[in-house]
Amino acid sequence: MAINAKTLNETEFFYGHKACAGCGGSLAVRIALKVLGENAVAVLPAGCMSAVGFNFPQLCFGNNAIISTFAGTASMLTGVEAGLRAQGITDFHAVGFAGDGGTAICYDNEAYMNTGIQKSSLTPFGARTTTTPAGKNIRGNLRPKKNLFEIVAAHGIPYAATASVGYLNDFMRKVEKAKNIRGTKYIHVLAPCPTGWGVKTDETVEIAKEVVDCGLWYLAEYENGEFTLNRRPKEFSDVSAYLRRQSRFKHLTDEDIEIITRSRDEKWEFINQNFK
Amino acid sequence: MKPYLRDFVPTSYDDIPKATAYEAGYLVTKNAGWRNARPVLDETKCIGCLNCYLYCPDGVIFREDSKIGIDYDFCKGCGICSKICKLKAIKMEAEK
Ligand SMILES: Cc1ncc(C[n+]2csc(CCOP(=O)(O)OP(=O)(O)O)c2C)c(N)n1
Ligand code: SF4
Ligand code: SF4
Ligand code: SF4
Ligand SMILES: [Mg+2]
Repeated sequence: MAINAKTLNETEFFYGHKACAGCGGSLAVRIALKVLGENAVAVLPAGCMSAVGFNFPQLCFGNNAIISTFAGTASMLTGVEAGLRAQGITDFHAVGFAGDGGTAICYDNEAYMNTGIQKSSLTPFGARTTTTPAGKNIRGNLRPKKNLFEIVAAHGIPYAATASVGYLNDFMRKVEKAKNIRGTKYIHVLAPCPTGWGVKTDETVEIAKEVVDCGLWYLAEYENGEFTLNRRPKEFSDVSAYLRRQSRFKHLTDEDIEIITRSRDEKWEFINQNFK
Repeated sequence: MKPYLRDFVPTSYDDIPKATAYEAGYLVTKNAGWRNARPVLDETKCIGCLNCYLYCPDGVIFREDSKIGIDYDFCKGCGICSKICKLKAIKMEAEK
């Protein structure tokens, strides 16, 4: 049976955490753990999700969970996996929840949020962060968002996917699929951060849908060497409406938005040619 | 299972474990004080579709009979549940 709100495990494994109200990252972590179940062993590097989840004695993970060093998610996951197998334990799911620079499940909020909104390599073009300010001459981030999904897929791993917290049924299906595949799996889930993006706390889910609907993000999978698109918007919604409602993009000029729209169209040309 | 607030709050040096491990899901503080607005359910409108439960970032909405209940100890009042409900069964009311 397809996994949905009614069939999902009712136990909460990420509860009482100190994420900002309306945090998209915490929604991604919460849902993924409900799909993986109590035998998940979670590894969380330095970043918002570890900062808000472990404030001793407030420990918000209901399953086994551990903090890793910033760049150490993958090596710690490997160690967890090897250690449990050495003890003869096979009924577990080792999962990493890295920010926009890690393995397994990447909750992408498009900046280093936990340290105060600095640019990461997944910050999109034009976005204002504290390290890419918007002023008279420079209008936010000059570099385009790195395509981590396809970079990871290029390693030829068994499974990679993109997702968004605006489309949780799709995300849950992908986590469930990854759960049953052996080897390295990667899911890149877009998870808006109201604090860093400058939207209201009740807009997180809406904007996570809108970024897919306007074509600036897409839902896809990589499996057996092939890319599949999971959702094709019939008609893209307005890119400028998506950008203008976020204060991190407020300074953008019409030309900037034109550049963003053009790069979206180029991306979709590529998708149409190369994805099933 | 609903995670719950514990009575015992480790505070002294002796209460703190020597290893870096502790009981999972150990909660000692509420998040209720963060809330400016509280989600209030109109049971006559709710059809129990569980969409609000699915999308709540804090997981504080629970299936209750054929409807839902909200754990106000941990709800932060973000308003996502109210926005996602197609039947407009959840209203955000200002906290006094
Ligand atoms: C090696 C190292 N460099 C820098 C830091 C400081 N640091 C802690 S969290 C963080 C930002 C993490 O950003 P991201 O991975 O996007 O997660 P987010 O905070 O956005 O959830 C940084 C730079 C660190 N902990 N370790
Ligand atoms: S800063 Fe953003 S990502 Fe971090 S806890 Fe707050 S809403 Fe979540
Ligand atoms: S989304 Fe609305 S109708 Fe559905 S369970 Fe929640 S309150 Fe009830
Ligand atoms: S207001 Fe936010 S935290 Fe509270 S029940 Fe609704 S979605 Fe959950
Ligand atoms: Mg980040």
